[in-house]
Amino acid sequence: MTSKSAAAIDRARAAGRSALIAYLPAGFPDAQATIDAAVAMAENGADLIEVGIPYSDPVMDGSVIQAATTQALASGFRVAQVFDIVAGITARTDAAVLVMTYWNPVMRLGVDEFARRLAEAGGAGLITPDLIPDEAAEWIEASDKYGLDRVFLVAPSSTPERLASTVAATRGFVYAVSIMGVTGARSAVSSSAEKLVADTHATGAERVCVGLGVSQADHVREIAAYADGVIVGTALVAALRDGGVPAAAKLTKDLSSGLYPADNEVDTQR
Amino acid sequence: MATPTASSAPTPAGDATPADAFLAGAPKGSLRHAPGPYFGAYGGRWMPESLIAALDELEDTFEKAKADPDFLAQIADLNRNYSGRPSLLTEAKRFSASAGGARIFLKREDLNHTGSHKINNVLGQALLAKRMGKTRVIAETGAGQHGVASATAAALLGLECVVYMGAEDCRRQALNVARMELLGATVIPVTNGSQTLKDAINDALRDWVANVDNTHYLLGTAAGAHPFPAMVRFFHEVIGEEAREQILAQTGRLPDAVCACIGGGSNAIGIFHGFLDDPSVQIFGFEAGGDGVETGRHAATITLGRPGVLHGARSYLMQDEDGQTVESHSISAGLDYPGVGPEHSYLADIGRVSYEPITDAEAMEAFRLLCRTEGIIPAIESSHALAGAMKVGQRLTAGKDDPSQVIIVVNLSGRGDKDVATAAEWFNLLDEDSAEAEIGKEGEQL
Repeated sequence: MTSKSAAAIDRARAAGRSALIAYLPAGFPDAQATIDAAVAMAENGADLIEVGIPYSDPVMDGSVIQAATTQALASGFRVAQVFDIVAGITARTDAAVLVMTYWNPVMRLGVDEFARRLAEAGGAGLITPDLIPDEAAEWIEASDKYGLDRVFLVAPSSTPERLASTVAATRGFVYAVSIMGVTGARSAVSSSAEKLVADTHATGAERVCVGLGVSQADHVREIAAYADGVIVGTALVAALRDGGVPAAAKLTKDLSSGLYPADNEVDTQR
Repeated sequence: MATPTASSAPTPAGDATPADAFLAGAPKGSLRHAPGPYFGAYGGRWMPESLIAALDELEDTFEKAKADPDFLAQIADLNRNYSGRPSLLTEAKRFSASAGGARIFLKREDLNHTGSHKINNVLGQALLAKRMGKTRVIAETGAGQHGVASATAAALLGLECVVYMGAEDCRRQALNVARMELLGATVIPVTNGSQTLKDAINDALRDWVANVDNTHYLLGTAAGAHPFPAMVRFFHEVIGEEAREQILAQTGRLPDAVCACIGGGSNAIGIFHGFLDDPSVQIFGFEAGGDGVETGRHAATITLGRPGVLHGARSYLMQDEDGQTVESHSISAGLDYPGVGPEHSYLADIGRVSYEPITDAEAMEAFRLLCRTEGIIPAIESSHALAGAMKVGQRLTAGKDDPSQVIIVVNLSGRGDKDVATAAEWFNLLDEDSAEAEIGKEGEQL
């Protein structure tokens, strides 16, 4: 089964670099702004776009993303808008577009119906921060039916057995959380990330991308040396909040400069 | 593409044989000892992967402790010599007239140390935290009861304690904040989301993800991800076991009905445990009906919610068309939660327990009646169970020549000292200009 996320990561790999995955919340500050910002990010170096569904109880999110999604909900965001947003982005870019969502909104709409509409909108699949493969039978069935990627998370605390079962259940890429914590910009990348990526690769994962706490080009450069993709969220949301689409585009461009491993950079300079 | 995980994954949403899943590992035909993680289609672990290892460690520690006579002896000793167990079973002879003349027996969890059933669970979990080598416990609290109980257990066992509490609740419950601080706990006001109990749980979970190496999350109710629902029930099973023994000793037979209030449902599952396998005993759970379920301002999760996932378990949930959690409302802070424990959802679906809403007004009338007829000031939470017992008593005695043949056990889960300002305001007992009136308007519980 083809995977849009895997294809996007493989295109970056063919260009000799890691992939950049850029997160932004749907409906922040409104649906059209989300589409415009995502397109601008894709045009400035993001290979994959991760659109987050604002949710009332986002336990894996830190204060910046919480504030943005709370604002989107207060402005009247409705879950069904995410399909229009995904369709709006895929119509204008080649970037793979994933939806990041807590599970209850999917369950409420109906897992099959959600998957059908996401596929129809051209979406690549789902990133599910509070759904583990153990509970995902219905989603695994629906994602197979509609050809969607299912991006599960692994953490520094994951046991070898859980790494193996998560890798086996995943399609697209495995999302490795760099640290034990919630989303939010941090000054340095945790050293646990590199070991986690190595362990996940060793378990059989072809593509492992790292997120949580990544906010600067230096972080991107450090992670790109060992991971297939780098995920940035909070820093982009803060840029979007403070400077709108131009600021988010500029930061994306800056971050993407870190995607080439150091040796490739040397090659480029020569 | 079928993966090994997919084929071996349980199907919580499947409806083939929910009872089989519920009873897996329990004595055949028994409802009392359902081990989790699934209660029919409910329960499970809808949690970030980051926390799964901690849940596994907790489950493993709990299972070993349950089978360890030393641990059980430790619990029994604390229950007897610290909490004051067994709690009494008191016949409410004058209150009985309000319940159609049925004999009403009160399980006096209000007499426990710290004033409610909450102490049973916090002592058990704090001991488990010590066994896991954790030095810090975190807890959520609404009105402050579970926070106070957690701070108490932490002080007793020498653990650091951090309590998450909605910023608005902190302001309204300033005395409970002071109480926790007197006990050595740190109270962190939660300013995220709706700033209520559910948001306090969210922040506690965020803390737990970041500090799981040295921290145990001391969840206060029989909800959340496995093993919490089964584990919290285990620590409260003593309520039902004592009550069953006591009612047999005092009346020579089992009761006709057992009543409890339901927020998350921990006091209720504790007392229900004693009677779930007795088919002659009708069991009732009373949810917070707030201003009335027709107004939308309530916390009647099972009555009006629909299945969803929140805080780690699949269960009935108050949610909107988009799956966003809806805010609950109740005069009782302890019942003001938009979710409910997964075992209750299952017991509702199979019809073993009847869940009904009780409005604020009905609960406050029962509160007043118990004060005046028995000299006991009940918690407003427990007053929902009393109001329900009045209805059940009237129903069961209808047409009976001798209503005193009907026996009802009510779990009086907590004392009402904390609720005096709210009650005084409700019954207009305060001078309009008094400071207490101002506090009561804000729903303060002293």
